[in-house]
Formats: sequence, C-alpha cells, structure tokens
Amino acid sequence: MLSILFKKALDRACWLAVCATTLISAAGRAQDKPYFVTYSHDLEEPGNLEIETKTALGRPYGGDNFGATAMELEYGTRAWWTTELYLDGQATGGDSTLFTGWRLENRIRPLMRDHAINPVFYVEYENTSGADKTILEVTGHDGQADLAEPNGEARKEHQHEAELKLILSSNVRDWNISENFISEKDLSHAPWEFGYAVGATRPLRSAASSRECTFCAEKFIAGFEGYGGLGDTFALTMRDTSHYVAPLVGWQLPKGVRFSFSPGFGLTSTSLTRVYRVGLAYEFNQIGGWFHGSHGVTEGGAE
Amino acid sequence: MMRRSLAVVLIMLSAAVAVGAVSSARWERVPAKDHVRINPLTGQPEAAMAGALLYREHCEQCHKANARGDGHKRPSLRSERLRAASDGDIEWFLRQGDLGHGMPSWSSLPEAQRWQVIAYLRSIQ
Repeated sequence: MLSILFKKALDRACWLAVCATTLISAAGRAQDKPYFVTYSHDLEEPGNLEIETKTALGRPYGGDNFGATAMELEYGTRAWWTTELYLDGQATGGDSTLFTGWRLENRIRPLMRDHAINPVFYVEYENTSGADKTILEVTGHDGQADLAEPNGEARKEHQHEAELKLILSSNVRDWNISENFISEKDLSHAPWEFGYAVGATRPLRSAASSRECTFCAEKFIAGFEGYGGLGDTFALTMRDTSHYVAPLVGWQLPKGVRFSFSPGFGLTSTSLTRVYRVGLAYEFNQIGGWFHGSHGVTEGGAE
Repeated sequence: MMRRSLAVVLIMLSAAVAVGAVSSARWERVPAKDHVRINPLTGQPEAAMAGALLYREHCEQCHKANARGDGHKRPSLRSERLRAASDGDIEWFLRQGDLGHGMPSWSSLPEAQRWQVIAYLRSIQ
C-alpha cells in the first residue's frame, strides 16, 4: 500500500518537474555533450541543476516495442563534483507501464587542472528492478533477451548494484573524445561485470554568431558513440555480449533547452537491432542560491 | 599600547602583501607560451558582440549582467587585475578554470568562442 502511494507521489513529482521544464523560461543553457551512454569530463556548473530525460525506444527479438525513460536530476555540488539522481520507468506495448527504480551517482574530478587526458571517477548505486530498460550502460552479457521478458516477471527481480567508472576525456581542437571503462557489481552474490563506452563529438561551427539564432551551425553538435559489454569475472569474453554504434546529434534550443537524438545500431546477434534515443534537457541556474544565499563560485574565481 | 598598534599595522601589512602575492600568483602560473598569445579576434566588433551573447549564456549567472560579480564570492570582471592580464593569460584561465575555488573549466567551449568572450571582456573594461 505504502509502495503504491510512494509511486503515485513519484509520478506526480515527475510530471511536475517535466511541466516546470517545459514552462519556466528564466534559466540558463545546458552545456553537456549529446552523449547518452558515454560521459565526458564536463561537470555541472556549481549551484546549477539540470533536468534531463533520456528515452530509449526499441524492440527486442520475440518481445514488444518498449519506451524507457530515465529522468536525470544533475546538480553541481562543486566545480569538481557533480551529483545525480535518476528515476527510471518504462512502458511496453501490450504489457504495462511501471516505475523501475532509481540510481544515485557522483562524479568527481581528482585533478584541478585541465590536462591532455582528464580523469573523472564515477560511483553509482542502483536500486532497480529487472524490468529496467533504460540501457544507460551495457555491461557483462546484457542482451536483448533481458529486454524481452514480460514486465510481470521481470519486475520481481530486484537489483542492488554498485557501479564504478573511470572516465577519461580530452578536448582536442574543438573535438571532445571520451572513453569510459565500466565495472558493475550486483551486491548479492554475482560476479563483477564489465563494459565500455567511447565517443567523440564536435560542434558544427567553432565560432559563435554575433546575433541570437536558433538554427546556426554552432548550435548543433554532432558525433558518435560506441558501447558494449566485456563479459564478467566468470567469463571475461566478448562472446554473447552486446555492442552498439550510434551517431549523435545535439541541438541547443532557445530558452536553455537542449534536444538530442541518436539512432543506435546493434553489432551482434545479442544486441537489439536498433535502439532510438531521444533526450531533452533544461538547466536551472544557481538553484543552490535559492536555499542558502550565494553558493558555487567562491573567493578567487576568474578575477 | 604603541607596541600593540605597531603589531596590528605589521599584521595588516603582511596580510595585504600575502593577498597581493596570492592574487598575482594566478597569472604567474600561466605558462610563457600561453602568456604571449594574442587574441586573433582583436579589433573585430562582431567578436565582442558574439562574446556578449556567450557571456550571457555561460558567465552571467555567476558574474552578473554588469560583470561586477556580487562583491563577495563572485568576483568582478571589471578589475585592474583583468586589465593587466594578457589575452593569453585570460584564455589559459578560462580553459583551466579554478575548480578548487568554484570556477569551472571552459575547455569544452571551442577555442574561437573563448576568444570571443575575451573580446567582450576587453570591450567592457
């Protein structure tokens, strides 16, 4: 009973946040690259909150069409530390719509300077059900068979997982090149699972226009990402693993909204044949200051 | 009494010297090859106009619309220190940020856009 009330409250909170994202106009611009799986070393500006929805659409072999959305609340705790909360849900055709869990993650830049290769440590705790289909990462022997299971069965499986990533990222001549090494462990008796994600993006034009515009080339970022599983400690092999390659495009819209889209193509029989991803992001400036005065930039800054 | 006043003056002078040393040290960290760089967009009014739009997108939220900061934690960008810095110093600082003090790294902005921001900052000094 309590669980149903909690889910209803959560649904309302999600809707409110989505409406706020759509309606409120006094905010800043999202800065991130249009990656869906790969992380770069860009962190949220301190004191800012970005709300982003990442939706994956696909159809596993022998299963029904599904749409899974991860709603991401990303807060810049410090210039070198970003905290995120994900709320996941999915709807499967001919089946049901359900909340599939939450994740809490932290990204920390250990080096205070910009280098040729910038490391970021990523630590995440996931509390999701087996019905989660957001595909925010691919690890171990994840495959389309996992996505074809009926919701009624899949939701009975509870996953309490810890995930560690080493993010390496470089900005070279207006290109961002990022590599992620992923390890994931179900906190029950299960092996460590491994995965990877790599990506590269670049704005279509480097210099900004001297007039406000929506369709200028510099408002678009294009690139690609590739990601997949690398087996687990029981079978550290690429056999029966999923791998995807996905072109990406990001569009910085007026009023601080960012839209991104990526069609992904499975490279192995274990992978989904295609997965389409749509992202919509909106950034609220300096919300830290709403609660406790000035926060974020501290003495020193850019003077 | 005299000795106490002298001590207070000495402490204040030491503090002022220390603050000055820390402040100037910011530009002293800039590598020589970066320090001597000149903004390739200098003298182009369109660059400053584009820089103004970029400033509004990325900088205004902390440094305020008039670039004077909040007089406390968010520093003014209309300052003697900024006027004294070379284009290369500012570009290096934008690229590096000062993560320990809350200034993000703007290496994710294309280099041309960093120079446009600098053109704008020069235009408002």
